[in-house]
Amino acid sequence: MDIFDAIAEFVIFNLLSMRSGEPFTEALRFFIADMIKVLLLLAVMVFIVSILRTFVTPIRVRKLLGGSKEGAGNFIAALLGVPTPFCSCSAVPLFIGLMEAGVPLGVTFSFLVSSPLINEVAIALLLGLFGWKIAALYVGTGLVIAVASGVLIGRLNLEGEVEGFVYEIRSKGVEEKNLGWGARFRFAKMQTMDILAKVGPFILLGIGLGAFIHGFVPIGSLAELAGSDNPFAVPFVVLIGVPLYSNAAGTIPIIQALMEKGMGIGTALAFMMSVTGLSLPEMIILRRVLKPKLLAVFILILAVSFVMVGLLFNALLA
Amino acid sequence: MKIEILGSGCGNCQRLHENVKKACKDLMIDAEIAKVQDFKSIASYGVMATPALVVDGEVKVYGRVPDVVEIKMILKGFTEKGQ
Repeated sequence: MDIFDAIAEFVIFNLLSMRSGEPFTEALRFFIADMIKVLLLLAVMVFIVSILRTFVTPIRVRKLLGGSKEGAGNFIAALLGVPTPFCSCSAVPLFIGLMEAGVPLGVTFSFLVSSPLINEVAIALLLGLFGWKIAALYVGTGLVIAVASGVLIGRLNLEGEVEGFVYEIRSKGVEEKNLGWGARFRFAKMQTMDILAKVGPFILLGIGLGAFIHGFVPIGSLAELAGSDNPFAVPFVVLIGVPLYSNAAGTIPIIQALMEKGMGIGTALAFMMSVTGLSLPEMIILRRVLKPKLLAVFILILAVSFVMVGLLFNALLA
Repeated sequence: MKIEILGSGCGNCQRLHENVKKACKDLMIDAEIAKVQDFKSIASYGVMATPALVVDGEVKVYGRVPDVVEIKMILKGFTEKGQ
């Protein structure tokens, strides 16, 4: 029992004097403990990453990746994608900026994959709800997928499948001021409050639903349907997860509760990755710069990677 | 004064638009505020993260939503230059 469980127990038994063992009590206890833990972790995580973010600006990323080579370039791109914020509305300017600087297509894709897939909100939730081992597994696998899919796209010679106007753009350079530590901290504080306000309701909803599942759905009831032995479970969740537009904040708590009821670990990872890594709005926006063939290749490579990750970890960790 | 707001029209761009309107009103600046949503034009400014605030062709802020106070500071710099 950690400090968060202790707080939850104090609230439930001492302040609300509820009886233990009842489904509703269990659900509420689960909800309070998780909520405090996750919000605290999230605030710390977002603050640290935001400080990092003031150093890893898009313009610096572009400089670092310009003229990079396959392999090392893909790896650096995948790493840089972690602290860089990703909002699907920025995907296109980012893509154009990287291509304009002569970043190879494959390297650009490594960045484009890791940026949404591995983010501070997902890491904070995984740490809080699943522990560091699963968080590390997620981040590690995410990096491998980002590097591998970028290398693959780079080898397929699809440069002609990028919309022509991307190659014609010659931008004026934007100058970048060097920030002092005061400005970095102010930025991080603003970001932390911004992100907490934005994802807070989703976490509340996700953990609430998760707590409901925890309290009312019998343990093991998903074992047959979504357990490690069912090979169809993984492709099924990826098929749902890829177009789904949701964020890690709302989904990860629900997945945690589903795992407790018997969903396989690989299935859970595949579902999380397909929800955070790709979405329908993102595809629609990327269509502006990618011709249909390249967009389809991109979606297919990611979907297949997520399925492979799911099957692999279901087999390894069952 | 010409103010441009670069962004594909997501929530952040709208928030920036609101803040700019408020800042102009507070300072009583009669500026032309235009939304630039076309990706080609956005990219030609060299901006890699939206939303971005452009004043008289100069990129002042990008990749975040500045608050009204910050926008006022930026706009003040331009009105003093003009006089």
